[in-house]
Amino acid sequence: MILDKDTIIAPATAVSESGIAVIRISGYRALSFLKSFFRTKNPIENFQSHYLYLGRIVDEDDSDIDEVMVVYMDPPRTYTCEPVVEVHCHGSRQIVRRILQLAYANDIRLANPGEFTYRAYLNGRIDLVQAEAVSRLIQSTSEFSRRSALQQLDGLLSRQLHSYSATIKNLLVQTEAWIDFPEEDLPTENLDRLFSTAENLHVQMSDLMNTYRAGQFVHDGATVVLAGLPNAGKSSLMNALLQQDRSIVSSVPGTTRDLIEQSTQIGGINVRLVDTAGLRSSDEFVEQEGVRRARNVVKIANLVLLMLDGSAPLCDQFRALLADLSAVPVVLVVNKSDLLSEHHDLSFFPGPIVTVSAKLGDGIDVLTDTIASFLLNDYLPSSESPYITERRHYEALTGSVSSIKNFLNNLGSVDLDLLSIDLRSALDSLGRVTGSITTEDVLDDIFSSFCIGK
Amino acid sequence: MAGYGKKYQVIVVGAGHAGCEAALAAARMGCSTLLLTMGLDMVAQMSCNPSIGGLAKGHLVHEVDAMGGEMGLNIDETGIQFRRLNMRKGPAVRAGRAQADRMAYSARMKLVLESTENLDLKQGVVEEIIVKNYRVVGVKTREGLDFLGRSVILTTGTFMRGLIHVGMKNYSGGRAGEPSAEKISNCLRSLGFTVGRLKTGTPARLSSRSIDFSKLERQPGDAIIRPFSFMNDKIERHQVDCYIANTNEKTHDIIRSNIHKSPLYAGVIEGIGPRYCPSIEDKVIRFPDKASHQSFVEPEGIKGAEMYPSGLSTSLPADVQLQYFRSMVGFEQVEIMRPGYAIEYDFVEPRQIKATLEAREISGLFHAGQINGTSGYEEAAGQGLLAGINAALQCREQDPLIIRRDQGYLGVMIDDLITQDTTEPYRMFTSRAEYRLLLREDNADLRLTELGRYVGLVSDERWRRYQEKTGLIEKAYELCRETKITSKDDRLCSLFGLGELKSGVTLEQIIRRPDISIRTISEQIPEMTLLPEKVLEQVEISIKYEGYIARQIEQVERFVGYEKVIIPDDIDYEKVASLSSEVREKLMKYRPTSLGQAGRIQGITPAAVAVLSVYLRKKSREK
Ligand SMILES: Nc1nc2c(ncn2[C@@H]2O[C@H](COP(=O)(O)OP(=O)(O)OP(=O)(O)O)[C@@H](O)[C@H]2O)c(=O)[nH]1
Ligand SMILES: [Mg+2]
Repeated sequence: MILDKDTIIAPATAVSESGIAVIRISGYRALSFLKSFFRTKNPIENFQSHYLYLGRIVDEDDSDIDEVMVVYMDPPRTYTCEPVVEVHCHGSRQIVRRILQLAYANDIRLANPGEFTYRAYLNGRIDLVQAEAVSRLIQSTSEFSRRSALQQLDGLLSRQLHSYSATIKNLLVQTEAWIDFPEEDLPTENLDRLFSTAENLHVQMSDLMNTYRAGQFVHDGATVVLAGLPNAGKSSLMNALLQQDRSIVSSVPGTTRDLIEQSTQIGGINVRLVDTAGLRSSDEFVEQEGVRRARNVVKIANLVLLMLDGSAPLCDQFRALLADLSAVPVVLVVNKSDLLSEHHDLSFFPGPIVTVSAKLGDGIDVLTDTIASFLLNDYLPSSESPYITERRHYEALTGSVSSIKNFLNNLGSVDLDLLSIDLRSALDSLGRVTGSITTEDVLDDIFSSFCIGK
Repeated sequence: MAGYGKKYQVIVVGAGHAGCEAALAAARMGCSTLLLTMGLDMVAQMSCNPSIGGLAKGHLVHEVDAMGGEMGLNIDETGIQFRRLNMRKGPAVRAGRAQADRMAYSARMKLVLESTENLDLKQGVVEEIIVKNYRVVGVKTREGLDFLGRSVILTTGTFMRGLIHVGMKNYSGGRAGEPSAEKISNCLRSLGFTVGRLKTGTPARLSSRSIDFSKLERQPGDAIIRPFSFMNDKIERHQVDCYIANTNEKTHDIIRSNIHKSPLYAGVIEGIGPRYCPSIEDKVIRFPDKASHQSFVEPEGIKGAEMYPSGLSTSLPADVQLQYFRSMVGFEQVEIMRPGYAIEYDFVEPRQIKATLEAREISGLFHAGQINGTSGYEEAAGQGLLAGINAALQCREQDPLIIRRDQGYLGVMIDDLITQDTTEPYRMFTSRAEYRLLLREDNADLRLTELGRYVGLVSDERWRRYQEKTGLIEKAYELCRETKITSKDDRLCSLFGLGELKSGVTLEQIIRRPDISIRTISEQIPEMTLLPEKVLEQVEISIKYEGYIARQIEQVERFVGYEKVIIPDDIDYEKVASLSSEVREKLMKYRPTSLGQAGRIQGITPAAVAVLSVYLRKKSREK
């Protein structure tokens, strides 16, 4: 937590050797920094807020560092609601570093990741949804994450959640009006209309909620484990997926002993691929330990690629293995398609089946597509539809959705008063991310939508 | 100035609904009490509608009654029509409402005041509050008397610099036909209070002789009257009818074409009026698509001719009022007995008082009722009662009484007053109570009688009845939990629609079914038949709504947790880092006493509460 009044500085854009870099300073020392190290025609006292000024940044010895543009922004109309200075300099790492060091030497410290946003949030400048999105942006590594973070930042998710909360509020306004103003000539109680509005909302919110798994993998990445009987071709597939020679391949069953891990990207998602020892019972200690580790890692996998040697007949061990894995999501990979002689009846397997040749690379792209679409939950984010990556958002939605479900179940069979409890709690759950709706807000709406008054 | 000689412990200024309760509470708690009013004949007046109760307000009356206040008894005695509203919308939002005989209501209250020990009722116009060293010591009256007292409760209603508007004409007055109090609010200003201005209004009173009731819809009272007071089991009385009239397009045309004569629209009125009680001109302008507005036409008494047409308050000139009334069906020949009017008056922004209703900066000075920016007789009575109690407790040097939001609408109201900006006269609504299901009319006695007993307002007789009731409730629960119906009782099985039973079911399980009422059961079970209706009601509600009630109780526990984190009065918000200046300003303005209260102040973000909580925790660890 940031609980001090330090003035902070940090590059606001990625520093690349080409173009312009922006350095942002926030806090009460921002202006004095300019006074000490910015040389320009106008006296700094006369600067107008939010205007760009051309000049030079100099160091302690008054020698030039760079020709720059600066803008000074008066609070509270700034990103952090504090005094803010932005220095636009040439995008050279050398220059940026010298400016930062100048600041450090003058009681301005480097901002922690997300600290500007945190201050903006603490000062009530942006809502929690946006604040978290910004901090995600800072951490995001894969391309997909960045898109997801950007999307939230511009308020798409924020807007969507607010619109849900507005709809629930409307339902509440309606019921509260019926409760508190029985003697006014309000529109007659129409529970059917409430029902259909709530039902519709329930569908929409559930859809958004279901994007969470996808969203989560987008942000946190996923663990995909290769498992199967010895010699099925797991290590060969690992290498094929990584397009590098990572795992030892040999025709001797039981080649792989320990877990072999490597990160890669599949469909824009960070994936940790884990190759494992072939699962069989063995007397040998090292192999036994390998099998134990394999079984453990399977339990925490987000997805298991279960490999079957397609050139060998289906055996009981394989069926047993499949039964063991009934609790985890599995893609069945039938390998050695180049040899494929046996015809296997695999109709008993309910999940996706992909046939490949790990050796020749056949079917690998079908497999990566299958993996990606599983991890994205068949949900391909278009720029218009938001999705959930935050656990907190997911929980807020879940809470809200379940209250709305209660409302739908109870409508018609319980009293209005109790229905309003369901609506209130649906609203409060969402309010944890969108900001709460007070009774005053509800009353406001009642008085502006209905003519009330004795 | 001449001293009066006698020194009082509590002096109450104003004998409206707040003042009467305040004076009675203080006197009944044993304090020598003076109640000063501008007009002795105008005690407990109903300046606006002649009715008590309604949604949330009925709840307040029950709470005042449970604590040993007078309002419930007074309306039970003088009511001329009783109705319960919202019977099918849930137990917590059922509310009683009664038409009062206005004169009888006032007369009975005066009698009670006159016959209460320790209480002096006197006529006098207070012009100044005497304060020494930030401590109130008494009041000065226009008649030249100084009354000394340990505490002073101001319940000035709409009288402080009251300005009455009828059309473009306006004149000073506290209520139609009565003078205003011109000096008190200036005295308060000079004591450092921020004084604001509010507005309210009332419709014309019509002569019943000139109304054609055959053209109006009749609205009778309930066949069985449910009394407001816990002390009354039943009321048997002849009830009068109310009527329903409607405006029409012609009425609206008249109003529209005369709108320039409304001081509200001409900008003459600066005070803010309530949104929930707009004038008829407001309604017509703001909801142009509404072809008709409803009005309940309520008698103001058994004997008199005056009728109160609700929903038609106005500040239009008297001739326009007559014109639009006469455009309404049934009112073609109507005669106005008193014109409607709008009134502006001074109030003291309630963030300047504490949850005890005592002024923050001047000890011993209490504010109750419209002076705090509220509206409504019931809201006033509730504050009056609590101000009276706390003034008396202070005289007895005991800890003050603060009712929490989960204990009563009384608590909700006062907490709202001291944490929210006053943007209009404050009226109670059930939606203001977050623990609404727990704050029912039917359990007000169970919630508050013990508190009333503790401060000394609950009489022995009330206490005896209360204990009897709680005892019976316990017994009834036990019966319901322990009595089992088995398949052998096939008559009861089919009567209760139980179908085939494998094992026995308890009465409790049967009551839980939505389609069966406890009445059906009690008729069949001899031990239950004898139990009073109100006992059965409690048991039924607790069983039927058990799940919901349990959920609210859980929330209350969390809420009380935050209430228990006390913010010391001497906290230096400048020292709490990371609060935005806006939040800091708000906190310094309202000076919340607990973390929970801080969170309820508008503009205080959850993040700010988090920061504050971290700071308080750090502070308390440093100690
Ligand atoms: N023809 C053919 N041979 C394959 C294919 N994939 C793997 N093999 C061969 O099968 C043998 C075993 O391959 P690995 O990848 O080591 O098998 P593994 O499942 O990792 O075996 P363990 O680590 O021992 O459990 C090697 O000789 C591979 O060359 C394929 O698609 N086609
Ligand atoms: Mg291997």
